[in-house]
Amino acid sequence: MGVRGQRIFRGYFSLFINGYIVNPAPYSAKLCCIVFSGKFNAVWKWFHKLGAPKSFFEMTGLWLPLLGVLTILLLVTGMVWGLVFAPQDYQQGQAFRIMYIHVPASILAQSSYLMMASAGVVFLVWKIKLADVALQCAAPIGASITFLALITGSIWGKPMWGTWWVWDARLTSTLVLLFLFVGVMALRSAMENQATAGRATSILAVVGLVNLPIIKFSVDWWNTLHQPASFSLTEKPAMPAEMYQPLLVMVLGFYVFFFLIWIMRMRLEILRREHRTDWVRRWYAARTQHAI
Amino acid sequence: MKFGKMKTQRRNRLFALVFIVLGVGSAVTLALNALNENINLFYAPDQIVSGEAPVGQLIRAGGMVSNGSIERSTTDLKVHFKVSDLNGSTFTIQYEGVLPDLFREGQGVIAKGRLDATGMFLAEEVLAKHDENYMPPEVLGVLEKNAVTAHADNQDSTL
Repeated sequence: MGVRGQRIFRGYFSLFINGYIVNPAPYSAKLCCIVFSGKFNAVWKWFHKLGAPKSFFEMTGLWLPLLGVLTILLLVTGMVWGLVFAPQDYQQGQAFRIMYIHVPASILAQSSYLMMASAGVVFLVWKIKLADVALQCAAPIGASITFLALITGSIWGKPMWGTWWVWDARLTSTLVLLFLFVGVMALRSAMENQATAGRATSILAVVGLVNLPIIKFSVDWWNTLHQPASFSLTEKPAMPAEMYQPLLVMVLGFYVFFFLIWIMRMRLEILRREHRTDWVRRWYAARTQHAI
Repeated sequence: MKFGKMKTQRRNRLFALVFIVLGVGSAVTLALNALNENINLFYAPDQIVSGEAPVGQLIRAGGMVSNGSIERSTTDLKVHFKVSDLNGSTFTIQYEGVLPDLFREGQGVIAKGRLDATGMFLAEEVLAKHDENYMPPEVLGVLEKNAVTAHADNQDSTL
């Protein structure tokens, strides 16, 4: 991070800590002024900086430890809370606790696809190379998370529904989501030319967006074996607080975990793509204490 | 985002992308609409009663198990039960085999099998469908007590 970027970053950070949390009133007007005045350009510039592989690499290096600690804290808290302290269900008994893995995995599977496809849009429209890196690195994580959602759903389905799998709309559209993730990975590895591969995978990812509303509304549009959503942003959860609070922690934990792994993979891919550049050589030399 | 100042080239690319997604989206919507009947996993009780469901073909049918309708055979695993949509339409399912854990009165079920000429559904497989609500067993006790003693609609205040 350059001196200028650091100053901007620290400036907003201290504004956040000193003002916004402690006493928002005198600062909210100021914040509005900043957002809607010329100073907003500074935030915009910060995003532009994030778009350059080198500054992305340098900035995210500072975030990784924080994300790592957060992931462990959230996942351990949520897991112990959900698996040990949350009450059992009146019908499903202890078995409903697989929800604490299944629901976060399913939510993240869909939103990781949304994030991957957004990176595809950014790459196709603005030609930002980092977006291509982001798309490529999100696919395997998204595929794994979708696989986890399908497997946990299957394990849950056998004792409760009486079957491992039915071809109902929710289950099938989620399987299609897995195929889309795998398709993006396969298409990428099938193409030699980096630029062509980037365009092709981006278009596939963006077109696949059509599947997301199908997954989300499948349980409302058609008769399915899968029950409607218990947990959404817009409605009150269909369970008491002592059950959904640990679920909320698990969802957050899954998201932070996703960002952690995503950023780690992106950093590796940036090093791979830019390994001939001076800054990577310098970074490597500094890290290994060797002369170039 | 400075949409107005966006370069023409970028704007065209963005519009092309939006166009592609909308095009594919409407194609998929039309296809799903055409396949609507096949995507539905099961026939609802009113479709069975009104004769919309084909007789003799392998289909799935679903509904809520009516209270007090389960009749088990004393000599084998045969079981009969009535399934309704809580809206007046009811049909009978006959099944021989082990039922899933969640099978009980008032629970949603989906059966795979064939309708015979008399309107009886001969099931080869029965799946339990559970709803989206979860609660601890104690809360159910409180709810039942409230339903008996007072109005059932003050659930929220007890939760």
